[in-house]
Order: sequence, then structure tokens, then C-alpha cells
Amino acid sequence: MVPKRVYFLVFFTLIVMTWVTAYISTVDLGKWNIFVALAIAIFKASIVVLFFMHVRYSSRMTKMIVCCGIFWLLLLLFITMTDIWTRSWMGVPGR
Amino acid sequence: MASHSLALQHHFEDAEQQKDASTIGMWVFLLTEIMFFGGLFLAYFVYRQEYPAAFASASNKTNLLIGAFNTTVLICSSLTMALAVRCAALGKKNLLVLFLILTLLLGGAFLGVKAYEYHDKYVHHEIPGAHFDCEGCIDAGHTPLFFALYFGMTGLHASHMLIGFVLLVILIVRAQKGAFGPEYHTPVELFGLYWHFVDIVWIFLFPLLYLIDRSGVPK
Repeated sequence: MVPKRVYFLVFFTLIVMTWVTAYISTVDLGKWNIFVALAIAIFKASIVVLFFMHVRYSSRMTKMIVCCGIFWLLLLLFITMTDIWTRSWMGVPGR
Repeated sequence: MASHSLALQHHFEDAEQQKDASTIGMWVFLLTEIMFFGGLFLAYFVYRQEYPAAFASASNKTNLLIGAFNTTVLICSSLTMALAVRCAALGKKNLLVLFLILTLLLGGAFLGVKAYEYHDKYVHHEIPGAHFDCEGCIDAGHTPLFFALYFGMTGLHASHMLIGFVLLVILIVRAQKGAFGPEYHTPVELFGLYWHFVDIVWIFLFPLLYLIDRSGVPK
């Protein structure tokens, strides 16, 4: 049984991070805005998965399945984006 | 009263194995959902890379305060859902029903705010189509892409919440009848996974649609 205070601690962190990220978005960090915003989002999503979704307390099988899902999502995003990011480097037709 | 519906299927060794199998099944379903939303996130990243100025000026049309407020509402509903699962496991029937109803109400509040935002976009001609008009936007010709993704992603998210409402009502009725207790509350727990997943999708939608490029429009 997960102690009640764990839930409240996660909840409190999520609320604080939401308003922190909303505030940081108004500060001009140049190209770093997107990285900060996504880093905070990844942190928030991680504590939801680990504590609200009980993955921290789940079997290794469940943990492996969750990791597989994240891995496939990263494959989808990164392999496609490497094309989008680098295609203009060559100056070839189709671009 | 609460323990009559253990309902161990004959192909499982024991209740724990049955529960593990259900949990893993739910996670596999959620992985397909990750890929479902993942395709839209990919489309967002690709078009944002292609038309950064259009995306930046269009995303400044969203309301930061409303977005942050709505994120807070959804996180509250995640907390009540987590507490509902806990109460189900502890066999506290009345609290379980209360937390499920609170989850439903907070989810409804989220969608209410979302409807207000949609209406606002409608009034300002920010829905892609014949009457689309992105006032004062840079590279306005490509801004419908942002709004198409905005409505597509938040719409798919909202439809997941509507499905969640139907499931919640079923759970509330069953919980009221005393169907869940310490021995058996798998449906509550699995619905919790679904609800938190929907929350996570929003945790990523909020920065991507509302926050990025707010501090300055790139050249």
C-alpha cells in the first residue's frame, strides 16, 4: 500500500512544476525554452508514471513493458527527426 | 459484502496472477495509445521544424493562464483518482465513491474550460477553414497547420476524457453496489492507469501548444 503522503507530495510537486514551467515560458531563454519546457514535462510525466501509476511498485515485467513503450516512441520521434533536421545540409533536390 | 466478486477465472493460478495479467494487458493497451498520440506529436515536431515562425506566432494566440489553470484542474483529478484506487484497496466504499465522483467532476470542469477555449477560437476565426484569419501572425499562410494540430491533439485528448466519463459512471455505479474491495478492485486500478495516461498526454500538450515560443518569436 502506497502511503497517502506520497500521493500528496507528487500532487504538490506537479502543481508547482506546472506554474514554474508556465512562468519560465515568459522568460526569454532563446532556443533553450523548448528544452526546459520538455525537461519539466518529462519530469512531471515520470513521477506520474512511477507513483500515481504504481510502476515503482510493479513487477519487473510491467517495468519492462513501460520501457519498451518509451523506447518505441523515441524511435518514432528521433529517427524521423534526424531526417527532418539534416536534409537541408546536403543542398540536394527534394528540399 | 465486498469480497463476493473475487471471480477467479479458471485459467489463472491465483488472484495475484490474474491481477498481474490484467495490469500487463492494460499497459500493452496504453502502449498502443502512446503510438496513437505519438504520431500526432511527431507531426507537430516536423511542422514546427519546417515553419517555426508560423508556429510561434500561432501558439501565442493560446491563453497561458487558462492553460495552466486547466492543467492544475486535471492534476487534481489525477490525485482524486489515485486516492480512489487507494480507498478501493482499503475497502473504504464510501470514500471510493466520493473520490470517483470528484474525479468525474474535475474532468468535467477541465472539458468545460476546454469548450470555452474552443468557443474563443471560433469567435476569433482561428479554426482552420474558409473563415480562418490569424490576426497579426507571421507567415500566416502556415498558421492553419498549428491550429489543425491544436484541435486534432486536444480533440483526441478530449475524446479520451469523454470515454473516461462513461467508464467512470459505470465504476461509480458498481462501487456503490459494493463490487470492489481489498480482494478485488482491478477495474478501478486499471481505469486509474487510463486516467493518469490521459493526464500525461496533457502534461506534454500543455508546453507544446501553450508555452513554447511565448517569450519571443524566432526569425
